[in-house]
Amino acid sequence: MSATGIGAPVRRKEDHRFITGQGRYTDDINRPGQAHAYFLRSPHAHATLKKIDTKAAAAMPGVLGIFTGDDLAADKVGGLICGWMIHNKDGSPMRAGPHPALAQGKVRYVGDHVAVVVAETLAQARDAAEAIAVDYGVLPAVVDTAGAAKSKTQIHAEAPDNTVFNWHLGDKAATDAAFKAAKHVTKLDIVNNRLVPNPMEPRAAVGDYDQGEGAFTLYTTSQNPHVARLVLSAFIGIAPENKLRVIAPDVGGGFGSKIFIYAEETVCVWVAKKVGRPVKWTSDRTEAFLSDAHGRDHVTHAELAMDGEGKMLAMRVHTTANLGAYLSTFSSSVPTYLYAPLLSGQYDIPAIYCEVDAVYTNTAPVDAYRGAGRPEATFVVERLVEVAARELGKDPAKFRTQNFVRKFPHQTPVIMMYDTGNYSASLKKALETIDYKGFPKRRRDSGRAGKLRGIGFSAYIEACGIAPSAAVGSLGAGVGLWESAEVRVNPIGTIEVLTGSHSHGQGHETTFAQLVSDRLGVPLENVSIVHGDTDKVQMGMGTYGSRSGAVGMSAIFKAIDKVIAKGKKVAAYVLEADEADIDFKDGNFTVKGTDRKLDFGSCALQAYVAHKFNGQDLEPGLKEGAFYDPTNFTFPAGVHVCELEIDPDTGVTRIERWAAVDDFGNVINPMIVEGQVHGGIAQGVGQALLEGARYNADGQLVTASFMDYCMPRADDLPSFEVGMTVTPCPSNPLGIKGCGEAGAIAAPPAVINAITDALGHEDIAMPATPQAVWRAAQKTLSRMAAE
Amino acid sequence: MYAFTYHRPATARQAASLLAKKEDAKLLAGGHTLLPTMKQRLASPGALVDLSSCADLKGIARKGRNLVIGAMTTHAEVASSPDVQEAIPALAYLASHIGDPHVRHRGTIGGSVANNDPAADYPAALLALGATVVTNKRKLPAEEFFSGLYETALDEGEIIVKVSFPVASKAGYAKFRNPASRYALVGVFVAKRGGEIAVAVTGAGEGGVFRWPEAEAALKARFAGKSLDGLKHTAKGINGDIHADAEYRAHLIGVMAGQAVAQATGKA
Repeated sequence: MSATGIGAPVRRKEDHRFITGQGRYTDDINRPGQAHAYFLRSPHAHATLKKIDTKAAAAMPGVLGIFTGDDLAADKVGGLICGWMIHNKDGSPMRAGPHPALAQGKVRYVGDHVAVVVAETLAQARDAAEAIAVDYGVLPAVVDTAGAAKSKTQIHAEAPDNTVFNWHLGDKAATDAAFKAAKHVTKLDIVNNRLVPNPMEPRAAVGDYDQGEGAFTLYTTSQNPHVARLVLSAFIGIAPENKLRVIAPDVGGGFGSKIFIYAEETVCVWVAKKVGRPVKWTSDRTEAFLSDAHGRDHVTHAELAMDGEGKMLAMRVHTTANLGAYLSTFSSSVPTYLYAPLLSGQYDIPAIYCEVDAVYTNTAPVDAYRGAGRPEATFVVERLVEVAARELGKDPAKFRTQNFVRKFPHQTPVIMMYDTGNYSASLKKALETIDYKGFPKRRRDSGRAGKLRGIGFSAYIEACGIAPSAAVGSLGAGVGLWESAEVRVNPIGTIEVLTGSHSHGQGHETTFAQLVSDRLGVPLENVSIVHGDTDKVQMGMGTYGSRSGAVGMSAIFKAIDKVIAKGKKVAAYVLEADEADIDFKDGNFTVKGTDRKLDFGSCALQAYVAHKFNGQDLEPGLKEGAFYDPTNFTFPAGVHVCELEIDPDTGVTRIERWAAVDDFGNVINPMIVEGQVHGGIAQGVGQALLEGARYNADGQLVTASFMDYCMPRADDLPSFEVGMTVTPCPSNPLGIKGCGEAGAIAAPPAVINAITDALGHEDIAMPATPQAVWRAAQKTLSRMAAE
Repeated sequence: MYAFTYHRPATARQAASLLAKKEDAKLLAGGHTLLPTMKQRLASPGALVDLSSCADLKGIARKGRNLVIGAMTTHAEVASSPDVQEAIPALAYLASHIGDPHVRHRGTIGGSVANNDPAADYPAALLALGATVVTNKRKLPAEEFFSGLYETALDEGEIIVKVSFPVASKAGYAKFRNPASRYALVGVFVAKRGGEIAVAVTGAGEGGVFRWPEAEAALKARFAGKSLDGLKHTAKGINGDIHADAEYRAHLIGVMAGQAVAQATGKA
């Protein structure tokens, strides 16, 4: 391993720029003549738009234009789309209502877009928005996930019972039969709390129209600018792809929420032409709370069947998933194909059946958020497994080991074919790290101090590296999930790598360069990573689902293969040898059995000066592209163990220890991977202990600021002990599985399993706030007193 | 934020005259409540009178048996003042735990007291220590000063000049933070001055800061944490919100009172 190659903990190249304030984010972009957009948002969760009077507002200072849903319709601008078709149990397609970028006839959640005002300054736009008179016909709001289908109020005419789909996966008959034969059944009701993503940088967009060229440019906070261009071009109809450039510059975190194509960027690019000026919008934090796609929000009943020895026989799950007021870009895939196929966890479960009812409510749209479906599945599986072990009087670690998948490949009953793994190895290492043997003593010590100590496990699995295009296509995806790369070698051997992946915190500029440095034997600083611009990178699918390492880097790997192959041809001419006799190693082309060699930089120069060969035999230049389509999902898995202490007097939960042992396959940069694990755990602990978006009965978001929505802070977290086991992934050339979401997937059940272990009962929901834990602990104390 | 005019007088007297002259004027102290409210367009004063250059509103001094703190003294200054640390260490401790470093270096005692946020820390200290709020017009005992949620006895145009704290023989402050905002969900300030005991509670009352007579009586018998054992505050009149209902808050009053006494008696 070189100091900058694969496996080296190289410091992030991009960080100097970010921590010295030199990052260039969308809001840093200012175009000549730029105007500002302000969105008038609905104060009501559900209302008809009887009249929108913009006359007085239009006459206000600085106003360049005010537009509503009627203007969208007049311009035949298409609605926002949901790119994943789900079919009902009976085979009929899901029932989706329209999703206009500006409301047409009705508003359906607080924060829905009523009108946009474009003005010289933001303050003027805002002033004018206050002067728009809207006559709302207020309707009752549907807020409750579990009750939405039974509500008398219908949100979309297209969706009776507010139901988008009734979907299922697995063999119901086989599952029911296994339950009949079972000796023990564990049952659990679970609420997976709604979360607000809260990336540090709020969403923003600058739309620009070049009248001379007839071409649009959109700067936007996107995790996948090419998908944004595709949707804006092919579905919304802003402009053909060759007349629409989408640039996602530095992006300050996404966690999924910046995958989607939202109303605001659509409107900015559309109105830029209408007002003849570049138009900027930057979300404030309140708007982010109201209108970024939220995450999770499941209500689930789950059952696990076991035989007399504790061998798992079957699992049965019913989930109601809240999709919010409209279907966001990939919302339908999250509680279906990103969820149910993970219900087998790390376990050999012969039969699984899962039903999912997806509902509309008068709340912000819900879509993928770090982990997307997989945290929800893992929470179901790992809570069920922990409770089952308790009910059977088995040690939770031994019970897991007893049921682990051991032979690979392993076909689960819910689509997935696990390729490789060693779950017992991760568990063993985690038990050692946390000092499981010493736990009983630590628990007694806590008890003597009047505290309740608990330990909780989470043996998670996720399906990442999404995904084989044919596979996702067969499941309803509107796109393929390959990735592209282009490796451009300059004449003196410096390199630009163009990738369809997008970095918004992941450190691609470093890790991708490490791959190139390692394979081509060039210094790290000679490699630049270019991403996030549809005019530079021809096509790409973006970053989410821990796919950039496994899929994005595999595309680069393939392109490097081609560069080396071409380099060998060049070297053969220069070194006057047969191409078959040329080797490439450590940055040098050599002739087998001789000391003749050509370093990589000289080879690049020779490729461009092209004096040593003629263009008929060999094309000049050194630039290669590749598309990589994975052959399978990847299956990162691991075991996290959380040990915590509860103060029953205040309800405060303190996490004392955290052991994380993950199998991400091969690792490019262990420091960045650890950082991803830390951040993921922090978000997972946030979900378990602190975070929860709450709407009141009228559909008002009562947690719409950091005063009421509790984000995890450093002092809420312990120092993590992070370790790894490695089974290289067989389905991509680098053996990578992906690490971006693991912590957020693993953490919530580990925390709740530890809390319920400490409490001695299962009666606690997420977020386990001090108040909730205090109340649950009173139950524990009164039971202890009675004993 | 809407447009407003900005004034920066050099003395409290000039500030008072500006306040009287300008229509719809508001005093600006540290601005950590007012400015965010204005940015959200929830407040729209026509004029701001910034007190930050009024030297006569700043400073900390021992005056006989009193500790006197100028209204424009920041929380960080109070927290780090040797005079405060020596005279009433619990007050320095309280100031050192308000908000975050930004808030502590901008926010002022006068601003906090005048705003009387029901979850603010200072009101508990003023009430428990029997402090006097000195304005440009009169002297108001803390008992009379705090009159309700975000309400005080201050008249239109009245400016807090300083707060005078009688030095206590023993004092302690404990708060349970709102997990999200980190404001006091419940804060209890306990003070002993000679035979007088005061227990003041912030964060919990429907009407803002209040005293807990039962705890005071119990501590009068013996100023020790044990005296509070078994004493429970009623949930009546206690705030409830999404973070803590009245029952939980009432319970925390007892727990925090115990912790405050432990701190006051050096048992924390």
